[in-house]
Amino acid sequence: MTTAVLERADTASDDEQVLVTLTVADQLCGVPVLAVRDILGDQPITRIPLAPPEIAGSLNLRGRIVTAIDLRRRLGLPPAQAGQKRMSVVADQGGELYALLVDQVSEVMSLKASTFERNPPTLEKHWATFSTGIYRLEGRLLVVLDVAKLLALSGGA
Amino acid sequence: MGLPPWKGAALDDLLADFLTETNESLAELDSALVKLEQVPDDAATLGLIFRLVHTIKGTCGFLGLPRLEHVAHAGENVLGKLRDKALTVTPEIITHVLAAIDRIKEIVASLGASGAEPAGDDTALIAALDAVAAGQVPATAAKPDLVEDTRQAEAPALAQTPASVESPPPAAVAVADPVGGQPAAPPTPPAVAPVRQQAAAAEPAPAGQAAAGAQTIRVTVDVLEDLMTLVSELVLTRNQLLQLARTQENSAFTVPLQRLSHITTDLQEGVMKTRMQPIGNAWNKLPRLVRDLCHDMGKKIELVMLGADTELDRQILELIKDPLTHMIRNSADHGLETPAERKAAGKPETGRIVLNAFHEGGHIILEMSDDGRGLNTERIKAKVLANNLVTEAELATMSDEQIHRFIFKAGFSTAAVVSAVSGRGVGMDVVKTNIEKIGGTVDLKSTAGKGTMFTVKIPLTLAIVSALIVEASNERFAIPQISVVELVRAQLDSDGKEANAGESVIERINDTRVLRLRNRLLPLVSLTELLDLGSKQATDGGVDVVVAQVGAHMMGIIVDRVFDTEEIVVKPVAPILRHVTMFSGNTILGDGSVIMILDPNGIARRTGVGAGSESRLEHASRIDARSSSERTAMLLFSAGGGQRMAVPLGLVARLEDVPREKIEVSCGSPVIQYRGKLMPLIGISGETGQEKATQPLLVFADGERSMGLMVEEIIDVVEDHLHIELSGVRSGLLGTAVIGGQATDVLDTGYWLTQAWQDWFRGAPRHAGGARQRHVLMVDDSDFFRQLMVPTLNAAGIAVTSVGSASEALRMRDSGMMFDAIVSDIEMPEVDGFQLARTLRAGGPWAELPIIALTSHNDPQHEAAGREAGFTDYVAKFEREALIASLNMCQPEPMAAAA
Repeated sequence: MTTAVLERADTASDDEQVLVTLTVADQLCGVPVLAVRDILGDQPITRIPLAPPEIAGSLNLRGRIVTAIDLRRRLGLPPAQAGQKRMSVVADQGGELYALLVDQVSEVMSLKASTFERNPPTLEKHWATFSTGIYRLEGRLLVVLDVAKLLALSGGA
Repeated sequence: MGLPPWKGAALDDLLADFLTETNESLAELDSALVKLEQVPDDAATLGLIFRLVHTIKGTCGFLGLPRLEHVAHAGENVLGKLRDKALTVTPEIITHVLAAIDRIKEIVASLGASGAEPAGDDTALIAALDAVAAGQVPATAAKPDLVEDTRQAEAPALAQTPASVESPPPAAVAVADPVGGQPAAPPTPPAVAPVRQQAAAAEPAPAGQAAAGAQTIRVTVDVLEDLMTLVSELVLTRNQLLQLARTQENSAFTVPLQRLSHITTDLQEGVMKTRMQPIGNAWNKLPRLVRDLCHDMGKKIELVMLGADTELDRQILELIKDPLTHMIRNSADHGLETPAERKAAGKPETGRIVLNAFHEGGHIILEMSDDGRGLNTERIKAKVLANNLVTEAELATMSDEQIHRFIFKAGFSTAAVVSAVSGRGVGMDVVKTNIEKIGGTVDLKSTAGKGTMFTVKIPLTLAIVSALIVEASNERFAIPQISVVELVRAQLDSDGKEANAGESVIERINDTRVLRLRNRLLPLVSLTELLDLGSKQATDGGVDVVVAQVGAHMMGIIVDRVFDTEEIVVKPVAPILRHVTMFSGNTILGDGSVIMILDPNGIARRTGVGAGSESRLEHASRIDARSSSERTAMLLFSAGGGQRMAVPLGLVARLEDVPREKIEVSCGSPVIQYRGKLMPLIGISGETGQEKATQPLLVFADGERSMGLMVEEIIDVVEDHLHIELSGVRSGLLGTAVIGGQATDVLDTGYWLTQAWQDWFRGAPRHAGGARQRHVLMVDDSDFFRQLMVPTLNAAGIAVTSVGSASEALRMRDSGMMFDAIVSDIEMPEVDGFQLARTLRAGGPWAELPIIALTSHNDPQHEAAGREAGFTDYVAKFEREALIASLNMCQPEPMAAAA
């Protein structure tokens, strides 16, 4: 209970938060820049049979094997069109590397805490689970994703 | 004598060095002493033994470990007399010296665990040793006798001591002091120096400086592991480069690349060599083990070890130690007959166990043979039928070899199978599982009356393996070469029934595909179907079949294509994929692509269950956890006037049937000499029936301690669900359960253990606590205590799932299982309790769960560290009451908190 509150305070209530912005199914999202190890372009990915559907496969990042997670599937979105080039955001979880497959990675943004808001209570369940809050940008909304939760993959999610 | 430098602080470097060194010396001592017993006039061996003991004594004098020093000193006196030929070597003297070595081991073990010498009284032992040194050899090795015999001899012997050896402790301290500030400097050389001087006075320096010679340095294993990882990466990169170079003819890079390739190969071999250790290191405990078994069982056994210098990876060496010891014990125990039986069978009285190790095609072959009675096929058959493993009709068609292999089946081991009197500590199935875990195989051949031979085949190293690359549905996979027997090109039995000459045809029985291979039917699995790869490729009717061997079974894996073999570096799969048991790891190929490594054992297990149709959820639950609602092997016995009782088989170390006259009485309680030690005996019903000549015992053991529970009769071993329905009726019983269709009292092992050893657990008050049905995950590396705690918590109305390591626990988390609380041990290999708590708290579905630490260190400092790591509560190990109370306190947080 207490840990959860602390975590949220950590990621959200500092004066400014630096986020790597990305798009998945036309939705602008952000992940804390410190959680990101690498950004990769389109990569050959080896399918892993019998793995949970969210797992797109594994890829070779300079000699390390990285498990790729399809963010669209993780968020319950329709799958990407065949042949669409996808980028990945590499993050570290407990010493293991994971790549989040997204449609596009754009810029790194520094955002003011004053524009941050908690998830609206009506937010769809999938999104509410993985989002720590929303930034109001000019003209669009940016969903802050909780990388640890995204990577905490289990059969029940 | 200076203050011990680590008092109050953690184990410091100096002590750690001392422990490493002493443990090595102790292992060497065991074998050397047994050798001495056989060749009593071997001056070189005697010299070596004397030096080793003296070094231990000198070093502990310097470190301020009085108990250890005194025991070592007394032992050294005896050895000194032997060396000076004042005494001659006899088995009794060796037994006494071995007793001293055992005591040293005990002290060293607890020194390693707690950082301080345990309290204890060695006067009896020392007096006995002094008496031996003074030339009075007590007739028997029994300890109580010794105490009496030597009481009067004690005083003169002690008085004599300083004179006979010229006060070595002060000498050792004086010499060693200057080194005091340098923990890294091994204290050995200075401590040895005084010995040399004394030795020189008596006789010229002992000839044949056994193990001296090549210069060595001590490097931590971590450094070697890191090196190995780096070299593995280098090999991969080299392979990638070579792949690139192949596409470009006449490149300027070709020549330097060739060189790089050669150097990399040499480097790889060099680094592998640093990890290699002679297999003899895993064997050095065996002569002692066999000697003790001989003494205990009145057998004559000769242990022959061949190929002890065959080298293999230290990681593997560690992993085969236990299975090996177990198999030797089995051979000595069940395989070999008593001298009388052997004589009657026309064999020499002395039985032989031969251990042979050698290299064969990138593998190590270990053969263990005995010339004993061989396996009893009829008894195995009976047990197979009793356990409903196969039908009688099936059994009739099986060869003896196939029948013998049933001893590797889980739950098959123990008492009733091999002999009615003594069971095996762990079953052969555990041996098999452990060997398969490292990618090895085990097989046996047994001839009635002639003996049994086990053959173990293990890879040289785990880090780099040779694998066959295959393709199915355009995906490539690696199959470890060790399990590949052959490749067969086969024709699908499509419409065209005419197969080409020489090509095998795949036939169908209903929907099951099989292949006729040299007059045997080979079961087939299709990789495409097995892995659910979807679209079946249209083939021209021909497919490749990889014939793989898993244990004793053969199986054909149908693939679309076979590429060549490659040396691959095995990398573990990501934790979120560990539940897919079909893969043993993944790797990067020369072309940079990632491929999965298939685990033939996993495939066999999977296909045995029913291929291809399970849902993902079912997979997840197939993690091998021992849930309390699963079947447990129970040992049934009767006690206390024909009452039917049961105890989880896993808790029983051995079953024994001892002659009643061997039971002695010490301090009013019955005891027995068991494997060179006194073991307390407890009777369940208070009194024991005297009418029978032998007394059946259940032996419980934990580490160095053991106790025997006297029962009336050992009935059987059954597998059943352990559901305790009535609890806490009587002290000593957990409750009553229906086992095998009859009401059976379930023994509370913990209660009886404390009856034998007051301090087995710290005063554990008992009676069942709350009744709310909760599901708890128990993480503890000790099989024994897991088995102990599951019934205890069950009796308190708590459902328990137990796993043996933190990584298994995390795998369960990742597979989506949920519990109300987690109870974890602190000291575990690899990932300890602290790290587990931190990992769980860091995120994931279990981040909010109460985590209770079980610990044997009950100090505030430790507790603070535990709370910092994220533990909710801290409970001293085996205070069941406290644990149950704590579990009742930790109400699970409302789930809303996580959303």
